[in-house]
Amino acid sequence: MSMREAVAAFVHDGATVCLEGFTHLVPTAAGHEIIRQGRKDLTVVRMTADIVVDQMIAAGCVSRLVSSFVGNSSAGSLGELRRRIERADPAPLAFEEYSHYGMVCRYLAGSQRLPFYPLRSYGGSDLPGVNSDLRKVTSPYPGPDGEPEQIYVVPPVNPDVTIIHAQRADRRGNTQIWGLTGIQAEAVYAADKAIVVVEEVVEDEVVRSDPNRTLVPSHAVDAVVVCPRGAHPSFAQGYYDRDNDFYRAWSHISKDPERLRAWLAEWVYGTADHAEYVEKLGEEFWAGLAVGEALSEPVNYGRRL
Amino acid sequence: MTTTAPETVTSSELLSVVASRELASRRTVFAGIGLPTLATELAHLTVAPQIEVVYESGVCGAHPSHLPETIADAVIVSGAEAVLSMPALFGCVLQGGHIDVGFLGAAQIDRWGNLNTSVIGDWESPEVRLPGSGGAVEVMANSREVFVVMRRHNPRSFTAALDFCTTPGPDRALADGIRPLGAGVTRVITELGILARSGVGEELRLVAVHPGVTVDRVREATGWDLQVDGSVGTVPPPTAAELRLLREDVDPGRVYLR
Repeated sequence: MSMREAVAAFVHDGATVCLEGFTHLVPTAAGHEIIRQGRKDLTVVRMTADIVVDQMIAAGCVSRLVSSFVGNSSAGSLGELRRRIERADPAPLAFEEYSHYGMVCRYLAGSQRLPFYPLRSYGGSDLPGVNSDLRKVTSPYPGPDGEPEQIYVVPPVNPDVTIIHAQRADRRGNTQIWGLTGIQAEAVYAADKAIVVVEEVVEDEVVRSDPNRTLVPSHAVDAVVVCPRGAHPSFAQGYYDRDNDFYRAWSHISKDPERLRAWLAEWVYGTADHAEYVEKLGEEFWAGLAVGEALSEPVNYGRRL
Repeated sequence: MTTTAPETVTSSELLSVVASRELASRRTVFAGIGLPTLATELAHLTVAPQIEVVYESGVCGAHPSHLPETIADAVIVSGAEAVLSMPALFGCVLQGGHIDVGFLGAAQIDRWGNLNTSVIGDWESPEVRLPGSGGAVEVMANSREVFVVMRRHNPRSFTAALDFCTTPGPDRALADGIRPLGAGVTRVITELGILARSGVGEELRLVAVHPGVTVDRVREATGWDLQVDGSVGTVPPPTAAELRLLREDVDPGRVYLR
């Protein structure tokens, strides 16, 4: 399926859309296609709301954000997000604030269809005061000292669609990820529908030669989209490096609303698809993000003689 | 040991060296990028050769070929001892009680070591929207102790009343009916000196100042009535050996050293 077809089929106006990938394998190309197709009123769920979320907010796609870190990695701020939250400029943005493990537990509950998930966080925090979904309950079991124990819980998240980026999959959607694996598998299982965007589709035998590397099996996948370099400016371990210069540049671009909109006009609306975006950046640019080899030692899965 | 004249030492170098010394005998350290990276790398070369750095991205026992630019840099993955999923990292490593020291930063800290990284002003319509918790709530709740390194020591950052408490220490947890696991913040390292507390029920108190800094100056820079140790000491300045390791081995490209 092409990215255009996958987004048209599974990302509807008003939907809850989860984009995961913890700094590594950020599904940027998918976010750009959502912008191109002009989706509105989305609830975006993403632990680390970063550049692609700032761009989707600026493009008017997002009315609600659910997140545990809203910053431009370690490279500065998200200009559009800050204007929306600090000054409702040009419109307010509904924001649900969590901590990282709070979000992880929401995915764990969602992926397992549990009513809630307990965690040893939030005691004494002001976060429950601004997020009524963070609730304290009494454990049905006694604590270690035999006394009743109180604990915070978070509700499940069940997105209409989860989109992740990965290194490779086979034609049926068995998806392999290495390096930082984050929360992608749980986010896929939590969703009604899942789109997996990959650097490449490989032969079935490649996947089957190393089944432990499959994080998302095909039964959880509704669409496989091939989109090389689709995580830029994020990275794909073993394929291309992170574009740290762009992360730093984004803090300046996004600080100025006019500049931000000009960037979107040129690089998102002005390109028909991600292949054109990749081509526009040019081969010399991509050579600068090339990585060398660091091969893992093969393992012996064994076979019956 | 020879010492270097303080005026040649930058604030980043001073904070990194002092923080590294506090890591003596610690094994597992949950660290972010920047000053904590410098401090843990220097500690590895000096007082804590056994140290294992754990990153929020899931990497345990990183052996990077280059100084990492983020906690999720590709260079901390290649050659690492382990890379864990988020449920394993937060659920098993942190909540399971495997971290000796967590490093945190903050926009605001109060006398009990509670932290604000969410907003300056009102949460609903803030003057400044900050990044939020990330994993800080979990690092505070589950590490045995927490070190805070603050670049700025002034009454706005060291405040009597946080604008918002993102990351509560054990005193606030206890008041909320939740049993604290760790001691919360035990060390705060700033360019003026070191504040310390040992656990529940204790305020941060000034235990040492840097050479040339007076107790009164720290009091003025702190937004609450700061308790001062009777035996407040002077922090030994960075040694020539520590500075050489930091400048030549840890961060030769001056990525974080400013």
